[in-house]
Amino acid sequence: MSTQGDVRPGVRSRVQRTWLLIGGLLVLGIVYPLIVDSLKSLPLIGDFVPRTDSMVTILIGVMMALGLNMVVGYAGLLDLGYVAFYAAGAYTAGWLASQQFSQVTVHFGSTVSPDLSGIHLSMWLILILAGVFTTIVGILIGLPTLRLRGDYLAIVTLGFGEIVPQFVRNADSIKGFDLTNGTFGIAPIDSLGIGGFVFREQSNKQDLYYWTAIGLLLLTIFASVRLRDSRLGRAWIAIREDETAAAAMGVPLMRTKTWAYAMGAFIGGVAGAFLASFRAGAFPADFYFNFSIFLLCMVVLGGMGSIWGVLVGGLILGYLNIEGLATIGSKVQQGGLDFDPTKYQFGIYGVIIVLMMLFRPTGLIPERRHKIEVAEGVHDTPFYDVQLEGTLTDRDQSDD
Amino acid sequence: MAAPADNLLVATQVRKEFGGLVASNDIDFAIPRGSIVALIGPNGAGKTTFFNQITGVYVPTSGSIMFDGVEVVGKPPHAIVELGIGRTFQNIRLFAQMTAVENVQVGMHCRLRGGIFGSILHTPRVKREERESRERARELLTYCGLPRRHEEYAGTLPYGDQRRLEAARALATDPKLLLLDEPTAGMNPQETADFTDFVRRARDDKGLTVLLIEHDMKVVMGVSEHVTVLEYGAKIAEGSPAEIQANERVIEAYLGKGAAA
Repeated sequence: MSTQGDVRPGVRSRVQRTWLLIGGLLVLGIVYPLIVDSLKSLPLIGDFVPRTDSMVTILIGVMMALGLNMVVGYAGLLDLGYVAFYAAGAYTAGWLASQQFSQVTVHFGSTVSPDLSGIHLSMWLILILAGVFTTIVGILIGLPTLRLRGDYLAIVTLGFGEIVPQFVRNADSIKGFDLTNGTFGIAPIDSLGIGGFVFREQSNKQDLYYWTAIGLLLLTIFASVRLRDSRLGRAWIAIREDETAAAAMGVPLMRTKTWAYAMGAFIGGVAGAFLASFRAGAFPADFYFNFSIFLLCMVVLGGMGSIWGVLVGGLILGYLNIEGLATIGSKVQQGGLDFDPTKYQFGIYGVIIVLMMLFRPTGLIPERRHKIEVAEGVHDTPFYDVQLEGTLTDRDQSDD
Repeated sequence: MAAPADNLLVATQVRKEFGGLVASNDIDFAIPRGSIVALIGPNGAGKTTFFNQITGVYVPTSGSIMFDGVEVVGKPPHAIVELGIGRTFQNIRLFAQMTAVENVQVGMHCRLRGGIFGSILHTPRVKREERESRERARELLTYCGLPRRHEEYAGTLPYGDQRRLEAARALATDPKLLLLDEPTAGMNPQETADFTDFVRRARDDKGLTVLLIEHDMKVVMGVSEHVTVLEYGAKIAEGSPAEIQANERVIEAYLGKGAAA
């Protein structure tokens, strides 16, 4: 084993490089609001640097993509209705931190004037409550739907993703009770803040929201890493790999899948409540099917199941969506070409995904496991169905 | 057969119909504790279907399967694993994109307790459990004849090692009864002989009871103490290997009418 002596230092320096990279990015991420103005004054690339408030939306989009990644990437459950969790989180913030329910006046740790009617709880508390409420919504949606496999699950989650925005649009008069304020949405929603220090009233409010978003994103990454390498994470991946074998090895399918859904929902709910506070409102127009697909594109572009991949994929697509395409468009038009890429944004994302599938199907930074899937090929067809016992597929006929 | 009181598994009148096809035709079947029992029969006799009913993949149309005094009919597969029935698959079904150790750790799933919060926070209890489960997985892999390649992906292992890994994964569920579905399929004579030794050794070391489906008659006659023969979903014979070898009905099922004479 003479090679061992040669390999070890190499491994160590690679680990060191990785940590150096992570540390560098972290520092850059934290000081971003302070240096954004200098970055913007750089020649050539300066115009393409996103504003801090755009970055808040991008980072929270990445957070949601990481939540979706637990459902789709880890457990292999194709969820096309993730926007439902975003909506549930945002409306939780709307209900608990605005004048929506002005029939009552409840204050707890809020930053608004105490005589304001409606429920006003501390936004920090609401972030957690929104996560919990959305988890419950996720479990309620999950219990009937997670018995389905593959395409069927995708169709049903798609349905729920459509039901939720329709519901919030129309729930302004449930027997006379106004739950969601219909198409107008709930606004204004309270700001984050501590005691008398209200983020929204500060001159650098976008910086404060930005740092909070970084914190939430770091927590999400941390939980993603820890769960991936845990007993539960192994069970998720086992289900993704071969559901029948997983069940036969003692993995409770329903419970394990529901946990994946619940974790995804929790993250979506917290992110939704945060975004509602940042934008000071929850509007039904934000909760359309497109958004679910957009998040899914982030996951696919980055690499399903890969935390760093989803991070990179999410940042790229988020940037293009919020600012990038518009910036590119204005550059193109300055060049005298009459072309506005923002009009074709979903076409552009579609082309990106198709190109990815052709040239790099495992994503920008593939999950280490997926690398071998493409190289080796994996048998994945279930030859009988655990849930629908007695449902024979053609493979079963030749079995035994 | 041994005294009925000491049966680990007792199946009574187990019947499974798929539409008009009767895959299990009122099978009565018992496995004495500590024995190695073989289930044989021509292709399509319903052996794997019977396995799938014991492990909860299929629910019998009627009948009862008592395991160690507990009815398993109607229980989901994971609950049956928890009771102590582990299995392998006829066509290897490993988690191809997980390492050998991870595969075995999935087998331990129902014996481990680490929950969602413990896993995120890395509580000392979860950390210790993870460390111990990894060590135990390595021991099990070595025990099953896979002393190296623990960190390689299951999908990249050669065929024989995949079979060994499947056995290790099944043993990781800590079973009382181990079901092996054609474990020597595709093995060369040397590997088959090694595997036969392994089954006997595992039974003695771990106090297992083993039920295996097998086509290789040398394995069946060499390793098993009882043999049950199925044909068209019905039990046509059972007894010691020697009795089965001499049974006319069995010879007829395998070789056709007139072959017995």
